[in-house]
Amino acid sequence: MRHWFNTIWNTRGLARWILVAGLVIVVAFVVLALLAPWVAPYEFNQSKVDGEKLPKLAHPSGDYWLGTNDQFYDIWSRVIWGARTALEVIFLSVAFSIVLGVPLGLVSGFVGGWVDRALVFVMDSLYALPSLLLAIVFSFLLRGPLGGGIVAAALSLTCIYIPQYFRVVRNTTVSTKEAVYVEAARAIGAPPRTIMRKYLFGNVVQSVPVIGTLNAADALSTLAALGFLGFGIQPTEASEWGYDLSRALDDAQAGTWWPALFPGLAIILLITGLTLVGEGLNETLNPALRRRRLIPVQMPAMRADDAIDARNV
Amino acid sequence: MSSSSGSLARYIAVRLLLVIPMIWVLLTIVFFLLRVAPGDPVSAAVGGKLSEEALDTRRAALGLDRPLIVQYLDYLGDVVRLDFGATISDNRPVLDIIRDQGGATLTLTIGAFLFALLIGLPLGRLAGRRRDTALDAGIRVFGVVSYAAPIFWVGIMLVILVVKLFPGWPTYDIASVTTKFTTEPRTHILLVDTILAGDGAAVQDVLKHHVLPCFALGLLLSGVIIRLVRVNVIQAMQGDYVEAARARGIPERQVVRRHAFRNALVPVITVIGLQVALTLSGAILTERTFNWPGLGTELVQYVTARDYVAVQGLVTFFALVVVIVSLLVDVLNALVDPRVRY
Repeated sequence: MRHWFNTIWNTRGLARWILVAGLVIVVAFVVLALLAPWVAPYEFNQSKVDGEKLPKLAHPSGDYWLGTNDQFYDIWSRVIWGARTALEVIFLSVAFSIVLGVPLGLVSGFVGGWVDRALVFVMDSLYALPSLLLAIVFSFLLRGPLGGGIVAAALSLTCIYIPQYFRVVRNTTVSTKEAVYVEAARAIGAPPRTIMRKYLFGNVVQSVPVIGTLNAADALSTLAALGFLGFGIQPTEASEWGYDLSRALDDAQAGTWWPALFPGLAIILLITGLTLVGEGLNETLNPALRRRRLIPVQMPAMRADDAIDARNV
Repeated sequence: MSSSSGSLARYIAVRLLLVIPMIWVLLTIVFFLLRVAPGDPVSAAVGGKLSEEALDTRRAALGLDRPLIVQYLDYLGDVVRLDFGATISDNRPVLDIIRDQGGATLTLTIGAFLFALLIGLPLGRLAGRRRDTALDAGIRVFGVVSYAAPIFWVGIMLVILVVKLFPGWPTYDIASVTTKFTTEPRTHILLVDTILAGDGAAVQDVLKHHVLPCFALGLLLSGVIIRLVRVNVIQAMQGDYVEAARARGIPERQVVRRHAFRNALVPVITVIGLQVALTLSGAILTERTFNWPGLGTELVQYVTARDYVAVQGLVTFFALVVVIVSLLVDVLNALVDPRVRY
């Protein structure tokens, strides 16, 4: 962690600002999501107050900041509760895919042989498919046993991202396991488990944060896409931006803009934030792209006796 | 000369041979994914509508009562003969769906690529040339946002704008009802059919309907192109040959256009090819947004109907398209860039 912090600190130029801007956006959404019960004026599926319906498709106003939609919901509340859903799904899916993809790649790269070749082939094939198509297939399959909740959505996304972690981790493992220090470890009798855990893991996970944040951005857009197509989180389970956009389609044809504008802006902002963090991390952590901040070098002042020593040599 | 063309032929042959196991793995994955799922395809699709005996007949007709391995081999054999089966819910051959609806998806994606290049190439080049200026930052933000903005949201916003600013401009479907019903389906690609029919008004109608969806999908793809062209121009500008060109006193504009930009374009071909997957995903969403009668719309309908055979057939077809297009791109790339052949 400290090492990463130092590299980030020592980077100069646009990269650092990209990172900072991204972090600000993401943190803002996290705060909004955490405080949702206090910030949101209504529940995510609340269309009535004291038995009386909210107005349908009301313009944005002082009462309803972002207006109301065709289901009598307050859009501002939907956006806030949607942030909570989005972050939960993103977090779960990235966590699942790291937990599954990293060890799989590590073992595959370390063991080698036909296991490795078969796994690489399957993962590459999966990776070749359009991710949305895979997500649709998986949500189609998971809908039956798991229902249409947050976990099901997160799992359908997980299946898309495992190949990416697998690939990166496996390739780094293959190149790292030839390193001299790994050979030395093997020579002093370290069992494979220890080599993988103590020697390879630390080197191999370096690229995971970058992929993780970029995947998080991608996961959000896939989640919204699934919701938009009607294969995402069930509307009874939670508020989801993509679903709200699909509801807004007909209103858009009639020229009504607010039901579509705000959930979309929320998606863009959060994706942009996550992408900026990912790009910023990439440009700061990747030595090939990094532009270092020049650190002033302080030469020790030359003392008289040093000069004499130098002359004597 | 003969040796270089020989190595190209060998490269293509090797690439072709590698595609076969890849297709096999994909088919296997698709088949087992859809078959290990709990529940029975027939009752999922038409359960409740038919009697128990009728369901059994359907199952037998589809061969679902046979051992899994037999079904698997049968499926592979069918795909080799380009037979993707018939849907359970409305008993329509998947191949017919592809023939009837594929054209709309095809013209949508081609139009989108044209828009993407039109937007992406100049902007990416400009950003690469003016690296780290405000202009670069602005274009990069546009690139990130166009990539970040969900295509369906961009589509909806475009619809709202057009509805408000140009009332009467078509905002959904591929053509007006009259054009659809008066055009005789010869190639099943509506644009081509109207041209073949020589009906100017119909051609215009179809083209008008294409503008909005193609532009929306093109914006999505342009983000990728901008990022790529920018990085490549930056890298190419640092190349020795660019310095050599400058040293010979060639004006900077020409250095950029003739030397740097041209070389920066080679990887673009590859990456555009690799965007097939993204394009297909984008097309599915664009079709839903604009009520476009393409394959994506069909897929969505059959997934909603929980029709296993239709979903399996369409997903298989999409997988084949992705693999074949990336094969073509690799071959094209080898033709353009001699370094690729090894």
